[in-house]
Order: sequence, then structure tokens, then C-alpha cells
Amino acid sequence: MTAEHVTLAEQFVQPRQQRTADFMGMYVFLGTETMLFGALLALVFAYRLAHPAESAEAARHLKIWIATANTAVLLTSSLAVALGVHAARAGRRRALALGFAAAILLGVLFLGLKGYEYLQDFKEGLGPGTGAPSLLRVGPAALFIDLYFVATSLHAVHLSVGLGVLGWTAIRVLTQRTRVPQQAIVAEMSGLYWHFVDVVWVFLFPIFYLARA
Amino acid sequence: MTVAAPLLTPEERVSYLAAGATLRSWLATTDHKRIAILYLISITIFFFIGGTAAALIRLDLLQPTRHFLTNEGYNRTFTLHGVVMVWFFLIPSIPATFGNFLIPLMIGAKDLAFPRLNLLSWYIYVLGGAVTVYVLIAGGVDTGWTFYTPLSTMFANGHVVAAAIAIIIVGFSSILTGLNFIVTVHKLRAPGMTWGRLPIFVWSHYATSLILVLATPVLAVTLVLLLAERVFHVGIFDPSLGGDPLLYQHMFWFYSHPAVYIMLLPGMGVVSELVSASAHKRLFGYWFVASASLAIAAVGFLVWGHHMFVAGQSLYASVIFSFLSIVVAVPSAIKVYNWTATLYKGDITLDAPFLFAMSFIGLFTIGGLTGLMLAMLAVDVHVHDTYFVIAHFHYIMVGGTVSAFFGALHFWWPKITGRLYSQFWGRISAMLIFVGFNLTFFPQFILGYLGMPRRYHIYPPELQVWHVLSSAGASILAVGYGLPFAYLLYSLRNGRAAGRNPWGVAGLEWTTPSPPPRENFLKPPVVTREAYAYPIEESGHDG
Amino acid sequence: MGRETRQLILVWAGLMLLLAATVAVTFSPLPTVVKPGMNLLIAGAKAALIVWVYMHLREQPGLNRVVALGALAWLVILVAMTLTDVATRALI
Repeated sequence: MTAEHVTLAEQFVQPRQQRTADFMGMYVFLGTETMLFGALLALVFAYRLAHPAESAEAARHLKIWIATANTAVLLTSSLAVALGVHAARAGRRRALALGFAAAILLGVLFLGLKGYEYLQDFKEGLGPGTGAPSLLRVGPAALFIDLYFVATSLHAVHLSVGLGVLGWTAIRVLTQRTRVPQQAIVAEMSGLYWHFVDVVWVFLFPIFYLARA
Repeated sequence: MTVAAPLLTPEERVSYLAAGATLRSWLATTDHKRIAILYLISITIFFFIGGTAAALIRLDLLQPTRHFLTNEGYNRTFTLHGVVMVWFFLIPSIPATFGNFLIPLMIGAKDLAFPRLNLLSWYIYVLGGAVTVYVLIAGGVDTGWTFYTPLSTMFANGHVVAAAIAIIIVGFSSILTGLNFIVTVHKLRAPGMTWGRLPIFVWSHYATSLILVLATPVLAVTLVLLLAERVFHVGIFDPSLGGDPLLYQHMFWFYSHPAVYIMLLPGMGVVSELVSASAHKRLFGYWFVASASLAIAAVGFLVWGHHMFVAGQSLYASVIFSFLSIVVAVPSAIKVYNWTATLYKGDITLDAPFLFAMSFIGLFTIGGLTGLMLAMLAVDVHVHDTYFVIAHFHYIMVGGTVSAFFGALHFWWPKITGRLYSQFWGRISAMLIFVGFNLTFFPQFILGYLGMPRRYHIYPPELQVWHVLSSAGASILAVGYGLPFAYLLYSLRNGRAAGRNPWGVAGLEWTTPSPPPRENFLKPPVVTREAYAYPIEESGHDG
Repeated sequence: MGRETRQLILVWAGLMLLLAATVAVTFSPLPTVVKPGMNLLIAGAKAALIVWVYMHLREQPGLNRVVALGALAWLVILVAMTLTDVATRALI
């Protein structure tokens, strides 16, 4: 991909400088998100180490097959985004929109499955404030479940933001308010954020759902 | 004082200040210099709010058993003071104002790497500030700025949720600032501006930015967990559910200890500039000082457990944290030695900014030495949560950082505004602040040693004399902080034109007109000399 | 299909295989103590694929690679030193 056609902002003197700076900036931002989720997952890890039996027991009540399906959904959405970004770099704006639209659909599917999963969780008395007495609402098991809710909802919030970012990019590229390949960087940056959301889930999945073993 | 004080000097007419006079041109600006001024105004407002809280505290402490604040009211006042001063004044103070204004100038760039992100960070700051003002008006929160669980999650009856949200919001502002600085320093340096030619001010802000981006997210997620526990009664830090309140403290201090280096490092960068400028001599031990900045940032992440020596942390962990807390003092000491060596045989002028820099060195050294004392487990057991700790961190944060902030304000004011101010009044301010500060906070070391706990306003009558001294000092300090408003604002209309380089010092920012043009440099600079290269090249007449 | 497109799809296939592997490990008769470690390793492999290919790390200059992975080092500090407290508390 040649950088010569890129729109250059005033503070930069060379297209390659701007491109490297944009990527660096996004990696730094994703680094901050790594610390955000990483600290949370570190906390979960500490609790799992301190209460292995209760964590495993609590994990067995999580909906592993929904989560496995969701993992596959999210990984596929990353493929869609990657293909879309590849298209943007080649200047194929409709292919970009198609790839991003597919990713958005898959993301919505993820949220739908997640919502259904939460519904099941609450019906079983896993959730806080459900009122129903449950062995899983006391002790370290409750801790594990509560951390599962916090982590997965924080992830869902980030995923929803990602849906917005993908949608905004797709519309701008389709209507040519953002031109590709000159401004493909917009698609690349959106893609980076989406892939990161995927990476977070890649770690959430074993730390919570696969703790049952 | 001035022969003819023009409404606008010739430089001002073409400067960034004149490029657009509408409110919209300021509120929608992407010029880093205007954003710096937006920040300067905002943090000054919060400095006043936090300062008012401090005044209430010192007034309330004049009497041992009769108070005008209730116990709950006192708790909410010191919490407000801490929250506002830490997150809305100290953390953004130097980076968001002087960092924003000066970094592009010092590296020879037209702006930061991401100017719109810069503006966004200011709006996020304002949003966080608005929520904080809401918390204040709604009655405040009583947990202390540290929000320890289980008080904050289960028992506190103030506006914990709103306060936590305000802090999460303002955290994103500082993350974006740090991100911007890191990319800017890596990618936007002018030709010839190698890392080894960067002013230490830039090195310090780079190190600070590393902390900003790595530590602040941990605070955000910690507060999210606090919110989850308070709102949904999930029991993450609740011992009756197998939770561990100490884990809250681990996550809180993993951010908050590096946060004190966020507050300190930019001030050290300012002092390096001021010391070299004061002595008209190159900074001694450039690479030592640059590496020390990075070392402080890195090692600063390894010491957080020293806030938890008596909280129930394991002894082994405490010993490790104690050792590392001693190690972290070394790079700071290296900086003090290098500043001193810079001044040795220098051609020293003692204008206002340089008085503030000298203040910093002395007061920071006292703060740092008492920090070493606190790092010793055996000492900390006795003085933890006493006024000794309060005196220690105020010597660093106020004696150090705020002195550096005022030093920066007095040093770069001519560059930012194009106007000179009264050196006489500047020196008076500096000396009032130095005297007032010591009178306020030195008695607090004694109070702490004598056992006065922090966050209490009822105390034994025999301690009253120290409290009275401290409050008297605070009133002098208030005058010292208030004076610059008068003479600095006065200089905006009545000050003489500053010219390019009124101090006659080295630095790229002094080669461009005062105030600078919108794009910073009339011609893109090419750097051929090292930093602090004296004698400076006079490349044309001043003004 | 172009070379790059094929690579993107191959990465996806690899990710799916790793997903199957991690579920298999969980339900396998392997000893319980090794499963978390193995699953984390597999997750790391998935993440590495996504970061290296999808997130363009393979195209970046060295400095950007350091930036991208820097936060991981800091996470290790947080985890390691917190665990020293938790693990040794009972030992007085």
C-alpha cells in the first residue's frame, strides 16, 4: 500500500511519519485498554488461585456452549473486519462496507446470545439482586459470578462502542465522505479497535468459562 | 513602569492570540497553545475550590474541641480537598498547560501529533469537573480521596457514585494527554532534534506520559469495581463473601503511587529548565537527569505497597516494597545533585521564576528525605496515617510541584503572553509562599510525630499550638498564591513587550516571537546544537 | 483470491482450530492443575495470531511493536507483586 496518496495533516511533514504516528497512537490507546481489562482479569486470577474449588463449581453454572459459539462468532467477525480493511487499502469501498456490515451483524448476534445467556443466568439465581436464595450467592462462588458479570458487561460495552465505530466508518466510506485508499487509515484504526475487543474476549473465555475443569 | 504600553504589540497582532477573537475560535481550537490556556483557566478554578476546602480545614483545626464543621462535614471537606487537588489540579497542572504549550515549541513542531484529541481531552476534563461540582453542591462525599472499601462500598452515605464517575471521566482526559505526548515526542521532532538534544522538560513529560497511559486505566477499572459493589451490592471486596478489601488497596495504589510521580516529574522537568536558565549554564549531567526521569517512572510502579504496611499486607511483601521504596529515592537524589552542580559557578540571577526553582529544590529535598523515613517499616508503623505523612506529601506536592508550577508560570509567561510582569512583586510572591509554606507544614511533621492522626479534627489541647502555627502559615500562603493574579493579569495590558528571549536563555521556544505565531515558527527550525548550549547564538534583535 | 486474503482466511482457520483445542483440553482427562495454564497458552496463541496479522503488527517498525506489547510487561508487574502479598500473607 503506497502512502503517497494519503491526506497529510498540517503537523506532519511526511505521509509515512503520519501513518506510523497514527498506528503508534492507536497501539498506545489499546495499551491503556490492556491495562484496564488486564487489571480486572488479574483480580479474577487472584481469586481463582485463592478459591479454586468454589471458582470451578461456580464456573460449571456458566453457559459454556453459548460462550463457545460466541467466541466463534467474534473470531469470524474479526475475519470480516480484516477482509474489509484489506479492501479499503485497495480502494474497494463497497467491499469494505460489506465486510464491516458482516462484522456488525456478527457483533449483534454476539450481543443477542449474550443477552439470552444473562437471562438464563438470572433465571437460575446467579445474578446479584435476584432475591432468590442460592448457594451461588454466598461465599467465593458469588465473587466469581459477580466478577464474571462485571467483566463480560464491560466487554459488551466496549463491543457496542466497536459496533458504532464500524458502522460510522462503513457509512462514511460508502458515501465517500472518507475516501479510500487515501484515508484507509480510518478503516485500519477502526479495525484495530474491533480486533482488540476480540482479543479481550479470547482471554475472558478461558478465565471464566473454562475454569470449570 | 512602562513608557508606552501598547494595546497590542506588533508580535501580538500576528500571534496565535490574535488568530481569531470569537468564543468559538477558542472553544473549537486545535491549536495546542490555546488549549493550554483553556486548561490554565480551568485548573485555576479548581485550585481555588481545593484551596477553599484547605482554608476551611485549617480554620476548623484552630480549636481542639470546638468546631464549626460537623464530623461528617469535616470528612467531606478533606475529601473534596484531596479529590480536587489531586485529579483536577496537580495531575493536569504542568502537563496540560505548560506541556501542551511548550512541547511542540521545544521540539520544533507545529503542533502535537493529534490536535483534535488534545481538544477532546480538555472537554473530557471539563465534563469530569462539572460532575465534581455537582458532587460538591449535592453535599460531597466523606470517604477520603482514597475511597477505601468497605467504607466506600457499603457504609458511606455521601455521593460516592457521582464522585467515582467524575474521577473515571477525568482519568480519560489524562490518558489522552499522555498518549498525545508520547507519539509527539517520538514522531514530530524537527530535523536535527535527536533524543540527546531534547530539553529535560520534554524527557520529564515523556516519562510522565508513560505513567499516565499505563497506570490510569487501572484506576478506572478499580473505580468501576467499586461502583459495581456499591450499586449492585456485588461483594468483590466484602470479606463476608470471601472478598478481600486489601485487593482494592492493591489496585488503587498501583495507580495512585505512580500518580504522585505524574504530579512530580513535570515539576522536575520545569526545575531543570529553570536551574539552567538561572545559572546561564548548561545543565550538569544531562544523561543522568534524563535517565533518572525514566527510572523514576519505572521504579515508581514497584513501590505501591508502602501505603499498605499496616493494612494487613504480608510481611514479606512489605519488606520488598520497603526496599524498592528506598531505591526509588535514588534517581530523585541524582537530579538534586545535578541541579546543584549546574548552579555551581554559574552566573546566577534570582528573578522570580528562579526563586521558585530554588524553593522547589529545598522543599522537595525535605519531602524526599521524610519519604525515605516513611519507607522504613519500623518508622512507618508509628507515623502511618498521622500528620507526618500529610506533611511529607505536601512538601513534595505543594513545596515541590506547586512551586514548580508557579516557577513555570513566571518563566514562560512572557513567551505565552508576550508581556513582562513586575519582578518586584514576583519575588515578593515567591518569598511569601516559601515562608508561608514552611510555617504551614513544618509544624505538621511535629504533630505527626506527637501522634496527631490524619482526617481527625478533634485533638488533645496540648497539640493546639502547632495547629495554630500551621493555620497562620496557611493564611500567609494564601496571600502568596493570590498575589500573582494581580500582577500577572495587570501585565496583560500594561506590561512591556517581552521580545523573543527576555531571559537570554537557550531553548527553541526562545527563538520564536513572543507570543508565538499560530504555526509556532516563522521558518521550520533545523537543530544543530545540543540542549542548554551556552553562550546562546543571538540570531537577530529581540522583539 | 489474493495472497493476503488467503492468509487472512488461514488465520481464521487457525483461530477456530485453537478454539476447538481449548474446549477439548477443558473436557479432556488431563490433570486439573495443568488445564488453566494450557488454556491460557492457547489464548495467548490466538491473541498472537490476531495481533500479528489482523492488527498489522507484522508490518510495523520495531518501535511500534514495542509500544503495542509494552502494556503486557506492566501487567506482569501488577500481577506478580500483588500475588507476592496474597501468596505469603498466611506465612506471617
